[in-house]
Amino acid sequence: MTSVIDWETTPNPVKENRAGIIGKAVDRYEGPLKVTGTAPYAYEVEPPSPPAYGVMLSAPIAKGRITGVDTAAAEASPGVLLVWTYRNAPAQGPRPARYDFFTPSPRPALESDQVYFFGQQVAVVVADTLENATAAAALVNLTFEDGAKAVIFHDHYDEAVDPPGEKDVEIGDFEQAFAAAPVKVDDVWRTPLQNHCQMEPCATTAWWEGDHLTVHTSVQMVRFAQNSLAETLMLPHKNVRLLTRYVGGGFGGKGSFYEDLVLASLAARELGRPVKVALSRQQMMHGTVHRPATEQHVRLGATPDGVLTAMSLMTITHCDRRGNFTEHASNFARNLYAAPNRLTGHRLVRLDLPVASAMRAPGEASGTLSLEVAMDELAEKLGMDPVELRIKNEPPTDPETGKPFSIRQLVRCMKEGAQLFGWDRRLPTPGQVRDGRWLVGLGMAAAIRGNFLLPAKASFTVDADGVITVKQGMTDIGTGTYTVLAQIAAETLGVPLGDVRVEIGDSELPPAPGSGGQFGAATAGSAALDAGMNLRKAIAELAVGDAASPLSGGDPAQVTFQDGVIAIANRSERLSDLIRRNRPDGLTADGEVRPAADAGQWSSHTYGAHYVEVAVDPVTGEVRTRRMLGVFAAGRILNYKTARSQLTGGMIWGVGSALTEGNVVDARYGSLINQDLAGYLVPVQADIGEVEAIMLDEVDDKANPMGIKGVGELGISGAGAAVANAIYNAVGVRVRDYPITPDKLLAALMAAGR
Amino acid sequence: MKTTITVNGEARTLDVDPRVTLLDALREHLRLTGSKKGCDHGQCGACTVLVNGVRINSCLSLAVMHDGDQVTTIEGIGTAETLHPMQRAFLTEDAFQCGYCTPGQICSALGMLAEVAENWPSQETADLTAKIAFTDDELRERMSGNICRCSAYPQIVAAIRSAAGELA
Repeated sequence: MTSVIDWETTPNPVKENRAGIIGKAVDRYEGPLKVTGTAPYAYEVEPPSPPAYGVMLSAPIAKGRITGVDTAAAEASPGVLLVWTYRNAPAQGPRPARYDFFTPSPRPALESDQVYFFGQQVAVVVADTLENATAAAALVNLTFEDGAKAVIFHDHYDEAVDPPGEKDVEIGDFEQAFAAAPVKVDDVWRTPLQNHCQMEPCATTAWWEGDHLTVHTSVQMVRFAQNSLAETLMLPHKNVRLLTRYVGGGFGGKGSFYEDLVLASLAARELGRPVKVALSRQQMMHGTVHRPATEQHVRLGATPDGVLTAMSLMTITHCDRRGNFTEHASNFARNLYAAPNRLTGHRLVRLDLPVASAMRAPGEASGTLSLEVAMDELAEKLGMDPVELRIKNEPPTDPETGKPFSIRQLVRCMKEGAQLFGWDRRLPTPGQVRDGRWLVGLGMAAAIRGNFLLPAKASFTVDADGVITVKQGMTDIGTGTYTVLAQIAAETLGVPLGDVRVEIGDSELPPAPGSGGQFGAATAGSAALDAGMNLRKAIAELAVGDAASPLSGGDPAQVTFQDGVIAIANRSERLSDLIRRNRPDGLTADGEVRPAADAGQWSSHTYGAHYVEVAVDPVTGEVRTRRMLGVFAAGRILNYKTARSQLTGGMIWGVGSALTEGNVVDARYGSLINQDLAGYLVPVQADIGEVEAIMLDEVDDKANPMGIKGVGELGISGAGAAVANAIYNAVGVRVRDYPITPDKLLAALMAAGR
Repeated sequence: MKTTITVNGEARTLDVDPRVTLLDALREHLRLTGSKKGCDHGQCGACTVLVNGVRINSCLSLAVMHDGDQVTTIEGIGTAETLHPMQRAFLTEDAFQCGYCTPGQICSALGMLAEVAENWPSQETADLTAKIAFTDDELRERMSGNICRCSAYPQIVAAIRSAAGELA
């Protein structure tokens, strides 16, 4: 088994970075295709023959059953090739009673007359054109029996249970310590349902050749989707080839897959021609997954000089009737601040709502919205600076487990952020800074997000032109995977970036878990590094064993790789010459990474500090985000350009979660009232002022062989709390029910007599 | 219905169902898939193209309404080998991540710069008679019809600023 010690002590080209390609802010590998509109997303792939178009119909009830099916009018409609409901859909693999994020299993579409949530897909129409399919779908006449449903989260707290296999975690005696604490915060925060709103709706283009299926779809996890689809279709895994080369945003919402994939595949088989199916924007809101709402109860107890003696974060959240997903909003609190007496845990309510699942930084994104505001409240009660309070409670080791930190630079993030932002200009008393009609406030919050490494494989091939091709069943959902894999390959094999090709997003390639949980770069990249190291070894051995090579007879361990040239001291030749002579068809090496056996001995996270300036109009309740600065520590950075974009993107998500984003559940139907981009308000350009992200120099040599970590989810963690704290500093009232919309803020201002 | 649209400088005659949107005509009939379908409701801007030089949401317009019009899509702006300055600026500034909104952002940015050059006011414009001060607030207001869920907004501002300087 691999040990963390091996990672720490073994040198490799990424650590040495002789060519300086690691970390370099190079442009995105696939960028020229994206800025010219020539990167084909799933619905745009050219199938071998003209496709038919599928349009799905969604249930208008939250719970009940389909009692009547009349498809005659739809079937008679022009151009219609097929109409399916549960009554005539093809047989598929049975759905397991409960399913999780990582275990492939059948996901049958149109499986029964039962409706489990509003927006569940209940019929599909396939026609010769999109317009004919759309028109015919409106003619499908289904009747429903509407059952009693539970859809309003706050009305069902009494049904909350422990999440499967989980218990509260208590250290010391929280209740006693909290009761005895001289200074306390005891408040409740609410966060709403949120939706991913990826710009590209889920879509699939499918076709068959004999009993082999090819699907282009938009998912984050290649192997998971391919295996699950094959099992749904009751086919051997090898009969399904799944491709997802360009993904128009994921954020966790494409971690699974939806009926577009299954129904396009089934319809293409039935019709003997390619079929395309996409979800509409409205279907994306209901028919995929969402971040569930939470209610979070935070209790902090401290001494008058600001030492936390008691800390608790308890979360109630919800998932769908058949699901198991838990929004672990309390988990991060187990690692953030020192306090001898601690209580954290979760309660789960099952509701007849659409499926709850992961959305960018599941847990931290919601949880920091309470605890990091509670810390601000505590600082005010103590008369302390919020940064000083956090530094005062910085733990020397993991506060829950006592394990050493792999590396923790949270304090440095806060200090450098404070200096760069001008935190010393903040007036601790709210409502003191006026700029015309605006009241201006500054706020800060800490950021933390876990670090993960999963098993993955990769292969590297060098061809007779000296070009390195990286192959991996990995995805790039906008994260920069293509680019960082190319950088790792170029640095490892000592070739220019222009001599690297990257092939990902294909189930025929060596498997990687995919993009999610900000584990993508570390996981996929570590496997790639291993493949690169194995290819170096193979090349070196080839060279020293080749009588025609100037390196002949040398020590393979002494071979260096630089600028496309291999050398031992002053004996050298071009890599391409060696390969052309010996392996004109190319030389391939495989690699893999597995979590280290002893990785669990360290507490490993990414950290950061957010600083925000807002302006609030006290007359209208309007909040403007003027300035955001994040300082982050997330291991070695592979590409400062793409990493910065990930971080600033996450920070802007924090603005959305603080100010505008939330789906409102309609108690009558169990639907989401705001089910499109005009009603669900993601941040737009005018909502965002200056945003900057700084990355500290850091190497986490216990995280993986490259010492890197992830940044995709760190940026959102804590960002919304910093916005909320800035609002308080501006106007002196707190709204603990997110999002902080003008109506709520005005009500709070009026209640406070301001 | 027979409809002739000049797309990226080339006259294209289509015989389309009158229900076909301009966006679907481009994507499904002309196989110009650079224009994206993000919402099909005019809410996201991913389908933005230039019609007779003016930016529109092509999902909110029927193809048959454009007989005789000049339509420019992202494919007509530049190629991967010969990038338009706006495309190059988006690449250099990393003004995108997943890339799905990008063609719409670029078409919108070009349309927007033309609107500023012609002194069309926006909500941010304080003085309707003076020449527009092209501030970042003006830029942000005018680009707010193009959603980027990856939230590359600061990078998009930098890219448009950079390209605008080059194009001026």
